[in-house]
Amino acid sequence: MGRDAAIVKRKTIDGINERIKEGSAVVVTAEEMKEIVEEKGAEKAAEEVDVVTTGTFGAMCSSGVFFNFGHSDPPIRMQRVWLNDVEAYTGIAAVDAFLGVTQLSKSVEEYGGAHVIEEFVKGREVELRAESDGTDCYPRKEIATEITLEDVNQAEMLNPRNAYQRYKAATNSSNKVLKTYMGTLLPNFGNVTFAGTGEISPLNNDPEYRTIGLGTRIFLCGAEGYIIGAGTQHSPPFGTLMVKGNLKEMSPDYMRACVFPGYGVSMFIGIGIPIPILDAEMAKFTAVKDREIETEILDYGVPRRDRPVVRKVNYEELKSGKVEINGEEVRVSPLSSYFVARKIMEELKRRIENGEFFLSKPIERIPVRSDFKPMRQKEIVVVKNVMSEAIRISPETSVMDASRIIIDKSVNHLPVVDSEGKLRGIVTSWDIAKAVAMGRMGKVEEIMTTKVVTVHPEDPVEFAAEKLRRYDISALPVIDAKRRVLGLITSEDLSRLIVKR
Amino acid sequence: MLLYLHFDSKTVKEPVISLTTLEKKTLINIIRGSVGAREGELFVEIEDSRASEIIEFIRSKGVEVTEIREKIAKSEDCIHCGACISICPVEVFSLNDDFRVEAEVEKCIRCGICIYVCPVKALELPSI
Ligand code: SF4
Ligand code: SF4
Repeated sequence: MGRDAAIVKRKTIDGINERIKEGSAVVVTAEEMKEIVEEKGAEKAAEEVDVVTTGTFGAMCSSGVFFNFGHSDPPIRMQRVWLNDVEAYTGIAAVDAFLGVTQLSKSVEEYGGAHVIEEFVKGREVELRAESDGTDCYPRKEIATEITLEDVNQAEMLNPRNAYQRYKAATNSSNKVLKTYMGTLLPNFGNVTFAGTGEISPLNNDPEYRTIGLGTRIFLCGAEGYIIGAGTQHSPPFGTLMVKGNLKEMSPDYMRACVFPGYGVSMFIGIGIPIPILDAEMAKFTAVKDREIETEILDYGVPRRDRPVVRKVNYEELKSGKVEINGEEVRVSPLSSYFVARKIMEELKRRIENGEFFLSKPIERIPVRSDFKPMRQKEIVVVKNVMSEAIRISPETSVMDASRIIIDKSVNHLPVVDSEGKLRGIVTSWDIAKAVAMGRMGKVEEIMTTKVVTVHPEDPVEFAAEKLRRYDISALPVIDAKRRVLGLITSEDLSRLIVKR
Repeated sequence: MLLYLHFDSKTVKEPVISLTTLEKKTLINIIRGSVGAREGELFVEIEDSRASEIIEFIRSKGVEVTEIREKIAKSEDCIHCGACISICPVEVFSLNDDFRVEAEVEKCIRCGICIYVCPVKALELPSI
């Protein structure tokens, strides 16, 4: 290529754009770049390569589209809008509305905002319904019509939080199947799921956000889009981006409505970001490997915001398909599609090589440091703060003795424990009354309930209340990890709490 | 090989599976089943190499046997997200070198769980 070495040392985005125009820019995918840097070193790679393309394709719930529908005659100020029976947000101007991907249809199951957006992109007709109180300037009160993407004035995709740099992986220690936004989690650490594309994911290739910033032109679901700032919950190295792009230019190949059973609707969004290799530092950044990208596996079996960390893990381990938890091999599911992410990297590379896509200089950088605060809420009360003392009995206790304890101590529940204090069953005053009435005066182990619903000391009281309601019972033994009984939480304990509050 | 066994009111009371394992000295893996008072059904897996003699034996006991050839079907809609990979009990799904999710359908035991898990409804079990 015969470039002047002095210029090459530190390139500019304008210079790279010149070469894209001439058709001489050297563009490689993030995958190819790792090999180039490994083979030739960062200095040499920076001299040779102009642009590295990155990509990701994953379910991104914080996405949606702003529509402007145009005015009807007589005009209406749309106060409530439904598109195929999925409600859009209308607390803005008369015929503007925002349709979020996770909003659910009122009439059709497993159908939501994402599906409506997909219908539009596929060129299909969508039913628009709107209501209004009517005003002097907007007299109309109702409208129902069919529209396509061509009919609307604007359809601007605007996603408050996309392209998570990395994400915490998920597993489940509980004995129930959990249906989450991280997919279906099998009981007893049955599987692990994770999101993000690791070493080819955009932000991991520019971890200091030197070239990815406000105003960076990107590939968004097939269209040219822009980064309009850091995304919500941006918290490096768990960085996120806010992006926008014209829905009318998007392609169904790079976006897809999806349903996570038991959780709801979301949308796979395809994002590709070109990274200009301005110097050796950028070359080094884009050489990042999966094994250097760390995250944690969290236990979704614990229904708290601060879910316990099961272990640290890197993306290389996650991508291998198996990780070890407590000495056992557990299978892993990615939830992002590398296949489509790679297709995006290749497509973006092709567009730049063909002079169809130019880079832009960010006009402002996004924060390299920022904290993600939890919601401000009333102090969380956990079970151990409100539980009452449990009067434990052994399985050999006679029904007679148990009935005496119940009367003397005026309690309704007696957890039955073995010699190590581990929960074996529970008897209630009702069980005792029934046994006495039926003349069954043997040991409590003959009449106790052995399938006992329990809680843990660190569970929020709301969780205990929900269990009481769901199983229609009035008390739960509180047990530790070894099933030893620590106390009892009863519906009286909970109602006392409400009075206190 | 996967078999669907249908027991009528008479055969449902007979220990046909145990008889088969003992007589034929073979292992039978019960995948799923439901047994009622008047009839019952079982999905079982048997040794491929001895399939025909085992099937013949079970039939001789009066049980209706259907070979299941229809396994999980993955459509063009698949976006290769991999959600199904860790869910399938018999590891039907895996990522290939191209990062596509591939299905080794012969292994499928028709448990049905993956159908529910696929976020884009790309999986289907053809009825037998
Ligand atoms: S039906 Fe069950 S066995 Fe067959 S592929 Fe799906 S998960 Fe695997
Ligand atoms: S879960 Fe569905 S879309 Fe994802 S890889 Fe499996 S079949 Fe394909």
